Amino acid sequence: MTLERLLLLSFVVFSIGLYGVLARRHVIALLLSIELMFNAVNLAILSVAWAHGWLTGVILVLFGIAVTVAEVAVGLSLFLLAERVRGTTAADDLSTLEG
Amino acid sequence: MIALATVVLAGPFAALALLGVLPPLRRSGRPAGYVSILGIGTSLVAAVALALAYRAEPATATWETLWAPLGGQGGIRFGLLVDGLSVAMLAVVALVAFVVQVYSLGYMSSEKPGSLGRYYAYHSLFAFAMLGLVAAHNTLQTYVFWELVGLGSYLLIGFWYEKPEASRAAMKAFWTTRLGDVGFAAGVVFLWAAGGTFAFTDLFAEANAGTLSGTFLTLGVAGLFVGAMGKSAQFPLHIWLPDAMEGPTPVSALIHAATMVAAGVYLMVRVSPLLAHTPAVAAWVLGLGAFTALLSATMALTARDVKRVLAYSTVSQLGYMMAAVGAGASVAAFFHLTTHAFFKGLLFLAAGSLIHAVHSNDLFDMGRLWRRMPLTGIYFLVGSLALSGVFPFAGFFSKDEILLDLWREGHALAFWTLVVTAGMTAFYMFRAFFLAFFGARDGSEHAHESPAVMTVPMGILAVLALAGGVFGPAISDWLGRSASALPHAAAAAEHGGGSGAVPMLGSAAALAGILLAWLGYQRRAFRPEAVAAAVSPITAAIERRWFVDDVFLGLYRAFYLALGTVVGWLDRYVIDGVVNFLTAITWGLAGRLRRVQTGRVQDALYAVAIGLVLLALLAMGL
Repeated sequence: MTLERLLLLSFVVFSIGLYGVLARRHVIALLLSIELMFNAVNLAILSVAWAHGWLTGVILVLFGIAVTVAEVAVGLSLFLLAERVRGTTAADDLSTLEG
Repeated sequence: MIALATVVLAGPFAALALLGVLPPLRRSGRPAGYVSILGIGTSLVAAVALALAYRAEPATATWETLWAPLGGQGGIRFGLLVDGLSVAMLAVVALVAFVVQVYSLGYMSSEKPGSLGRYYAYHSLFAFAMLGLVAAHNTLQTYVFWELVGLGSYLLIGFWYEKPEASRAAMKAFWTTRLGDVGFAAGVVFLWAAGGTFAFTDLFAEANAGTLSGTFLTLGVAGLFVGAMGKSAQFPLHIWLPDAMEGPTPVSALIHAATMVAAGVYLMVRVSPLLAHTPAVAAWVLGLGAFTALLSATMALTARDVKRVLAYSTVSQLGYMMAAVGAGASVAAFFHLTTHAFFKGLLFLAAGSLIHAVHSNDLFDMGRLWRRMPLTGIYFLVGSLALSGVFPFAGFFSKDEILLDLWREGHALAFWTLVVTAGMTAFYMFRAFFLAFFGARDGSEHAHESPAVMTVPMGILAVLALAGGVFGPAISDWLGRSASALPHAAAAAEHGGGSGAVPMLGSAAALAGILLAWLGYQRRAFRPEAVAAAVSPITAAIERRWFVDDVFLGLYRAFYLALGTVVGWLDRYVIDGVVNFLTAITWGLAGRLRRVQTGRVQDALYAVAIGLVLLALLAMGL
C-alpha cells in the first residue's frame, strides 16, 4: 500500500460522494453522500499522517469523526422537521429560496 | 469699554435665552415682558455708561477672537468694535428698544399671555441682533447679525400670523430684504477679495493707504449698498416697508422706523471711508437716496392709513440719510438717523396710542381727538414738528445739516429735490395731524387717553425729539474720532457754515407745507380732494404706488414663473427621465438574473462543484 494508492482511493470515494450529492433527490441519500465525501477527506488526512508518521493527523481525524456524528444527528433532526412541516423529504421540493 | 459693550449685548441675549429655554415663563405673559424689559434695561444702563465713558475718554476699543481658521490667511474673526459711531448707535438703539418695550406693556395688554410672551421673546431676539449688528467688528459678523435682525423683523411683522395680510407682509418683507442681502453677501466676498480681510478697521486702513484693488472695492461697496437698499427700504426695494405696518404698532416704531431700517444707513456710514474711494457708488447712493425721498413723500400725501403715512415718511427720511451718505456727509446722515429714531419712534407710538383708542388705522375715522387725548396730541405735534424740521426741534438741526452739506458739496439737483421733499413732509404730517386731532368729523365718542405705561415712554421720546438737536456737535466730534471717520470731514466742518440761506430755505419749505395743510384740512380754504382730482393721472399713479409693486409682480410672472415652468419641465421629463430609464434597465436585468436562483439545493451544489473543478484546474496550472 503506497500513499499514492491511498490518495487515489480517497479521490474515488470523494467523487462517488460528490456524484451522489448532485444526482440523488432524497435528502437521506444526500446526507449519506456527504458523509462519503467527508470520510474520503478523513482517509486522505490519515494516509498522509500514516506516511509521515505524524500523530497529529490521527487526532484531527478522530475529532472530525466525532463532529460528523453530531452533524448527522443535526441533519437527521432537520429532515424530520422538514417532513413534519413541509410534508416532504425530496430536495427539489424544498425550494423556498427560489429568486 | 469692551466689558460694558459686552453687557449691552448680554442683556437682551440673557432675556432671550431665559424666555427661550423656560416655556412656562414665556407663556406667563407679563412676567415674560418684565424679564425682557429688565434685559434691555440693563443694556440701556450699560450703553449710557459706555457713552459717558467714551465722552470722558474717546478711544476706539476693539476685541476679537478667532472664530473659524482659514488656512494661512488669518481666518474669520468675531469681535466688537467700540468707537464713537457704535457707542452712539448702541445708546440710541437701547433707548428706543427700552421705551418701546415698556410702551408695549400697555399697547399689547389685550393679548393672551402666551402671545405676549412670544412677543417679548421676539423683541429680545431683535434687540440682541440689532445691538450685535451695531457693535460688529467685521463685515461677515455684520452680515450674520444683519440676517438675525431680518428674522426678528419677519417674526414681529407676522406676529398676528392668523391675519393673512400679516403673514403675507412678513413674507414680502423677508424676501425683499433677502434680495438686497444677496448683494450684501456678494459685497462681503468682493471686499474680502479686494483686501483679504473682513475687519472694518483693516479695510479702512488699506483703502486709505491705497492698496485696495479698484474693481473689487467698487463691486464690494456696491454690494453692501444693495444690502442697505433692502434693509433701509430704498427704491426699488422699498415696497416691503409700507406692508410691514401689518405688525403691531410698537414694532413699527422700533424696527420699521427707529432702528432696523436705519441699519442700512448705519452700514453705509460705517463703510463711508470705503465709499469715499468709490465715487461711482457714492453717486448712486446720493441719486437713489434723493429719488427715494421724493417718491415716497408723494405716496405719503394721499395715504389714508396713519401708519402708512408714517411708513412712507420713514422711507422718505431714509432717502434723506442715504443721500447725505452718498454726498460724503456721513456725520449729517448719522445725526439725522439719531434724531429720526427719536421723533419717528415718537410719532409711531403716538399713532399707536390713537389706534389703541379708536380701533382703526384710518385717518378719516379719527377727528377731534385733541380734547380727548391731549397728551397724545401734544406728542404727535412735537413729532410732526420735529419731522418737518421746524426750529428748535431736533429734526431742524439734522435736516438742515444734510441740506447744508449737499449745498456745500455742490449737489444742486439732490439739494432741490430734498427741499421740495421737506415741504411735502411738513404737508403730509400736518394733514395727518389736522385730520386726526381736529377736523370736521367726530369719529370717536369713547376714545380716551392711553394709560401712563404708554404716555410716559412717549414723553421720554418727546423730550428727545424736542431737544435732540443738542447732540449734533457731540455726534460730529465722536464720528470724527471713530474708525469710520472721513479724513477730510473734520476740516470741512471747520471752515463750514455755508450760506445762511440754506436753513432759511428748509424752514420756509416746512412752514409752507404746514400752512398748506392748515389751509386745506383745517380752514377748508380749498378742497384737497379737488386738487387731487385735477391732477388725477398723478393721483392714480400714487394710488398704485407708482406701479413699483406691479413691476415686481410683472417681473415675477414674466421671468420667475416662466423660469419655473422651464425648470419644472426639465426636472419632470429630463432629469426624472434619466433616472427612470436607469431604473427600468436595472429592473429588466434583475428580472432575468433572478432566475439563476432556483432555490434548489442541488443547483447551488452544482455551482460549488464547478467552482471546485475550476479551482483544481487552476491549481494544476491549466
